[in-house]
Amino acid sequence: MIPLISLKEMKRSLLIALWFAFLTFPIMVIRVNPIERTVSWRWTNLLYVALGSFVISLLVKAWAIGKERRAGAAAARQQTPGSAAISIIQAILNRPAYWYPLAVLVSGLALAFPHLFSTYQTNIMITALMYVVLGLGLNIVVGVAGLLDLGYVAFYAVGAYSYALLNLHFGLGFWAALPIGGLLAALFGVVLGFPVLRLRGDYLAIVTLGFGEIIRLILENWSDFSKGPSGISNIPRPGFFGVEMALDQAMIYMYYLMIGLLVVTIFVVNRLQDSRLGRAWLALREDEIACQAMGIDKTRTKLIAFALGAFWAGLIGVIFGAKTTFVNPASFTFMESAIILSIVVLGGMGSIIGVVFGALILILLPEYLRALSEYRMLAFGAILIGMMIFKPEGLIAGVRRVYRFQGRGR
Amino acid sequence: MDYFIELFLSGLTRGSIYALIALGYTMVYGIIGLINFAHGEIYMIGAFTSFIVATVLSIYGFPLLAIVIVAGVAAAIWSSAYGYTVEKIAYKPLRRAPRLAPLISAIGMSIFLQNYVLLAQTSDFLPFPELIPEFAFMEPVAHIIGSSDLVILVATTVVMLALTLLIKFTKIGKAMRATAQDKTMALLVGINVDRVISATFIIGSALAAIGGLLIASHIGQINFAIGFLAGIKAFTAAVLGGIGSIPGAVLGSLILGLTESFATGYVSSDYEDVFAFSLLVLILIFKPSGLLGKAETKKV
Amino acid sequence: MKPILNVSDLSMDFGGIKALDRLDLDVCAQEIVALIGPNGAGKTTFFNCLTGIYLPNSGDIQLTCPQTGKKTRLNGLKPNKITEKGMARTFQNIRLFPQMSVLENVMIGRHCRTHSLVLGAILRNRRTRVEEQETVDKSYAILEKVGLAAQVDEFAGNLSYGAQRRLEIGRALATEPFLLLLDEPAAGMNPQETTELVALIRRIRDENQAILLIEHDMKLVMTLSDRIIVMDYGQKIAQGTPAEIRGNPAVIKAYLGEEVG
Repeated sequence: MIPLISLKEMKRSLLIALWFAFLTFPIMVIRVNPIERTVSWRWTNLLYVALGSFVISLLVKAWAIGKERRAGAAAARQQTPGSAAISIIQAILNRPAYWYPLAVLVSGLALAFPHLFSTYQTNIMITALMYVVLGLGLNIVVGVAGLLDLGYVAFYAVGAYSYALLNLHFGLGFWAALPIGGLLAALFGVVLGFPVLRLRGDYLAIVTLGFGEIIRLILENWSDFSKGPSGISNIPRPGFFGVEMALDQAMIYMYYLMIGLLVVTIFVVNRLQDSRLGRAWLALREDEIACQAMGIDKTRTKLIAFALGAFWAGLIGVIFGAKTTFVNPASFTFMESAIILSIVVLGGMGSIIGVVFGALILILLPEYLRALSEYRMLAFGAILIGMMIFKPEGLIAGVRRVYRFQGRGR
Repeated sequence: MDYFIELFLSGLTRGSIYALIALGYTMVYGIIGLINFAHGEIYMIGAFTSFIVATVLSIYGFPLLAIVIVAGVAAAIWSSAYGYTVEKIAYKPLRRAPRLAPLISAIGMSIFLQNYVLLAQTSDFLPFPELIPEFAFMEPVAHIIGSSDLVILVATTVVMLALTLLIKFTKIGKAMRATAQDKTMALLVGINVDRVISATFIIGSALAAIGGLLIASHIGQINFAIGFLAGIKAFTAAVLGGIGSIPGAVLGSLILGLTESFATGYVSSDYEDVFAFSLLVLILIFKPSGLLGKAETKKV
Repeated sequence: MKPILNVSDLSMDFGGIKALDRLDLDVCAQEIVALIGPNGAGKTTFFNCLTGIYLPNSGDIQLTCPQTGKKTRLNGLKPNKITEKGMARTFQNIRLFPQMSVLENVMIGRHCRTHSLVLGAILRNRRTRVEEQETVDKSYAILEKVGLAAQVDEFAGNLSYGAQRRLEIGRALATEPFLLLLDEPAAGMNPQETTELVALIRRIRDENQAILLIEHDMKLVMTLSDRIIVMDYGQKIAQGTPAEIRGNPAVIKAYLGEEVG
């Protein structure tokens, strides 16, 4: 239903378009080459900006009008607003009858994937699955417990470097390094979390950001320890009872390993959310003082969330090292944290299915639409803003638990 | 001794640049309690705009003084326009949202603006035209302080004085102080809070743009990513001084600039940035209210 | 009757302003005590000191468990520890978890009486399952008691004002306190709701819980309380039965600001 747009709105959008044309003029239009001392004027860009902002401002206005109408209609029917806008996926999720066939379909596809597609595709899929798990890990921290962690990539780095270094110095294999990497990252989480988790939300965000950068800068500068910016290479891929594998076989093996890890992660995260601890996290997100007054140990509860999130980042760090056989500090910049945060925000904070979809969309889309990949980070930035304004609950909101008790039947 | 003075003066230079950016953080925080994560990007856009304008003018052969003035004014105008627009798009719709929402939106804005400049311009480091000549009268002390350091110090002092006068004596300055103290009350006595917030963003952005122009011509090159580190450091300075407090931002910036300068001069330059980040983490953990800020009492 | 809460010499100041000035106060088991006084007298500050949200400058707060007789000094304990010791509270400006269901809000109150952690959550072993079911059942029973059984699945934020106040009481009850602190429980309630509230508070007292409440509704205070304590400028200016307080000149002065003939 597209609401009619009045002339006044058109005029307003025209003004907005003019404003953006002015705003973006120096950066979009002028391009200088200071060495050859030439200037190129790209006037067509101005046209694109004006047209684009005109259309977008109209769309936003239409959305706002539509939202008002829906809210009005919902109020008339005594319903909560937004219930009309539930997406198709959400509708399917709300019907348990669909779950079983859907699960069979999805798992069938997932299992057959490396045999249906090339090694290249499998490789991309492994990366996407890694981001799914990273997203699920960060989701515990940001989505469920409401702690904005902007340095999540630091724990990822801890995992990757613990495998790389343990292998380099002690010849430790993948399977031994996997739990160690996870546990070391969790330990880092506890050590960092202990002093900072009592901070207010926005300060916590900045401190974790600072911490993430500190770890990266140390890895870059402390060459005796980490081999500096050149990184560590020749990290072995995961072994399978000592069987030698060709590259494509190794990739298929890694793919199934990631599928396995994903299933375990979903299982664990789901159970955690649905527990005494999960409830306490949700409550902490809403009101810390009330939580404390209800006997919840704020620091301890947050620390557990933080450490669990870090644990998964550490695991994926080890896998990252094994997959690329090479780690260096450049893989662990703030932008990496921002990508993972975008996944959680797009998918829906606190929603497992949402995060899975979020990661697949954000990682696979730019891979397959090569033309778009240049605009990837631009889009991630826009997603963070747009989701907060238009759909803060994410694409797929978390499923609400229904409890059974005497009086409602077990 | 000369080395000490050299480090001291270069620390002051650094500090005053940080101050120009830190003021934007602290003013916005004072008014709406938001860490404007995209502020570093506004500074970067200021630097970029001045770079583009100055290079174009110098290619077309304008005299140096005209280039400096036009580039400075253009940077201030466009940065302010960006600051104003960023507030309208990313923060204003979220004024009543949970606290983390505008912060996430701000992070998104920062990433967006960085990549916008990257795509519209280039990822390379670009040489910034020399806007500040070596003054002849500076020759005797040139081994201690460069001409551009002097210009930066003078320019920031002038800008700070102007800002102080603006906040103390003008109508909008008074409205800003009132809004910072109590937004609801300010609204009740007829202050247009929306306009005050916009003004805060515009002033903060203009200051950052001037900082961008000065530092870019001082260092001699720019790139799309310079806003991130400068933003974090300026934020560190603002927190060190006590976020929300204007004299605090200046004090914190000078302390940060001096310590960085001495640490890199006497110890090692490898960990220059680690130092700033560690300082940030330590202040937030041990004294989040900063040197001149007010401690928050929780209301129950 | 034996006292379960002893407060002696409690002082608290905010940057030179004395919010609490050498306050002494006792509450006995199964007693309903009302704390009254003009706005700004320091009543809510007092609650915040008791529950560990503020740290008092000096003085002593001691809680005695009526069953075991065990004494604990509360000064400096964290709010969650104090709740564990058996004292729970509600808030003047309601602080529920609005995006959680009514049932979940009460279940949060059970947190400090249950134990399962990460491993329990993941493995979902027998002990965890039993504990979870117990949490649900006990929470539901409490909701029946406070009259919210019909709205278990509603978001707490969607409840009416009076229902939210009752839910806050229910949530506090779920922590199994022997002393319940209520901060203006009747604020914003209509007469019908207030009557129900009085009945509810009496029922809670009859189940062996003592109640200390801050309230401005004098009719409620006079009918409900065993004892009334009057505060002004952070000091206790009077205490006694409702009848004694009614005629106390110091109280009238505090409320009206001058000596009444």
